[in-house]
Amino acid sequence: MAGASTVPQGTRDAAPPGPVENDAAQRIEPPKLHPLLRFILIRIGISILLIWGVTVVTFLLTNLVPTDPVAAILGDRAAADPEIVAQTREKLGLDQPLIVQYFTYLSNLLHGDLGVSNQTRTPVLESIGQVFPASIELGIGAILISVVVGLLLGLLSALRQNTIVDHAIRTLSLIGISAPTFWIATVAYFVFFFKLRVVPGAGRLDPWITPPPKATGLYTVDALFSGQMATFTNALGHLVLPSCVLALFTIGLLTRFSRSSVLDIIRFDYVTAAKAKGLPTRTVVFKYIFRGALVPIITVVGLAFGSLLSGAVLTETVFAWNGLGQYAYRGATTLDLPVIMGVGLVIGIVYILVNFIVDLIYGFVDPRVRVR
Amino acid sequence: MSIGSPKHPATGSTRTEAATGDPLGPVVKRWQFRFPKSLRTPLGFVGAAILVIWLILAIFAPLVAPFDPLAQDFPRLTGPGAENILGTDTLGRDVFSRIVVAARTTLPAAVFVVICSALLGSVLGAIAGYFGRAVDEIIMRIADLVFAFPTIILAMVIAAALGPGLKNAIIAILLVSWPSYARVTRSLVMTARSSEYVIAGRLLGFSAGRSLLREIAPNVISPVIVLATLDVGSAILTMAGLSFLSLGAVPPTPDWGAMISEGVSQFAAWWIAFFPGLCILTIVMAFNFIGDSLRDSLDPHTAQEVGETTS
Repeated sequence: MAGASTVPQGTRDAAPPGPVENDAAQRIEPPKLHPLLRFILIRIGISILLIWGVTVVTFLLTNLVPTDPVAAILGDRAAADPEIVAQTREKLGLDQPLIVQYFTYLSNLLHGDLGVSNQTRTPVLESIGQVFPASIELGIGAILISVVVGLLLGLLSALRQNTIVDHAIRTLSLIGISAPTFWIATVAYFVFFFKLRVVPGAGRLDPWITPPPKATGLYTVDALFSGQMATFTNALGHLVLPSCVLALFTIGLLTRFSRSSVLDIIRFDYVTAAKAKGLPTRTVVFKYIFRGALVPIITVVGLAFGSLLSGAVLTETVFAWNGLGQYAYRGATTLDLPVIMGVGLVIGIVYILVNFIVDLIYGFVDPRVRVR
Repeated sequence: MSIGSPKHPATGSTRTEAATGDPLGPVVKRWQFRFPKSLRTPLGFVGAAILVIWLILAIFAPLVAPFDPLAQDFPRLTGPGAENILGTDTLGRDVFSRIVVAARTTLPAAVFVVICSALLGSVLGAIAGYFGRAVDEIIMRIADLVFAFPTIILAMVIAAALGPGLKNAIIAILLVSWPSYARVTRSLVMTARSSEYVIAGRLLGFSAGRSLLREIAPNVISPVIVLATLDVGSAILTMAGLSFLSLGAVPPTPDWGAMISEGVSQFAAWWIAFFPGLCILTIVMAFNFIGDSLRDSLDPHTAQEVGETTS
């Protein structure tokens, strides 16, 4: 295939106005940003703007609350006294114009102050820092499972297009994206733990096992580092069911997307050529079709990560998984606004960063994206 | 090509065939939406059948439900049996009656929220696509901002700020779901704007409103309707998620998401959570099956395949 890969190179050289891509030409050309660098800078700019936008959204929503924040902080008796109310308003900066309040809010955020929980009186950022690794561990487990299973199912479905296998996989993936994750979690927990006893119960470890010394906060990784094999297997066992449940929705998503992506690639001439050359089917499928189909799939992994974050908020409670999701659930059910806004802000920023990384990978893998 | 082509049903003139690869298809002059042939796939049929059953159940809910969904008349936490076919909940209410009555709020609310967000999104998208420049920038950057959050997270944040309740949950879902319509409509309108029939209208001195409503809208409406059908399922899921987080309908109103949330702490009484979840699954599945068949009809590649398999 060495000959085929030089063909686009040749046509690019033949195009008159385009920059010639060899060392000599680059030295003569006036200094200009490399397209890849330009692409990265633009993406960074967009991400920063989006993160700024996210802070505006959470700020506006916090100030939109119909209930008076002063009344929530003070007791009933103190709230009846206009002098105390005025004092508290001044202390909280509520007497300032909205734009000043926003800059105070922004500067607090930049100093790592996301407010204090109304319920527990602990700083929101501190609590999020404690529960975050648990969700990361769960998220990594789920994304690994869903990428492997989803891609393989999608590939199989596309290669057997319009057969019974294809129809079965398509129907199952449609059902997979139709089920509410928190319900699947409840049913799976009931069946596999309560009835069959094949998985350990709720939580990240059995209650009698002490967590491994904290390095990354991921119990499986920390246990491996400190060489506690019993703790590792226990943590892994606890991880299996929640990550499978969480993966179910994204498996459906990835299966559907990789199927259509593979179907697009199969039509290309280079695949027909590879088949005509008599290459073994396995080579054609994995080296030609699968590699071509993988590029657009990368973007969907970013999307899938978003639905994993959403799924975590709804399912962690069922498994008593002490992560960001359970923290958000507790915040939502008790209407603890600082907690909800903090979680929304953090998830928004994480989602933007993941999509930024996905865009970068996409830019590296597919040069056409950078040119736009 | 034009010799055998059918007469246009509304105008009687010969319909011109669309050029292959034209995303908008043949030019439509009057408002019309025909149900695509592709709904005759097995999946589309199953979806439609499930949906019809649910509609009947929801409409005749007071007749179907054997008991008052709010009455705490029965022993608490009894399993499915002769009297309470799906058991009773923690307060001794009949689960079956609650499920059936809950369909009456969930279904109309989901359809309502989808219609509203499709309207809002496509109007904003059409304005952005037709006028371009600053208007386009402002509208689409707001849309980008909404896309910067995972759907349920932003819906949760908005619903929490507004306070729990069905009305606020609907507003929250509306605010998070309009941008996908805006994006689709915007790109369709941008394509349509430069087509000859629109330019001809502009040369005749038609106003922007007339151009958008009378000429462009009939030609871009079908994809929006397909997208809306697909979206009812996810609207139901988001709504169930919000009420699972107790940000949806306020108790004691029967609600599927809230019923599952109640069942999470009652593992021995599996029926409390199991049956409401089954309802959400079947109804979302029905919408996804229908949407999947409809979407196939839009994509020229797959539309051909569907035609081959069904004929």
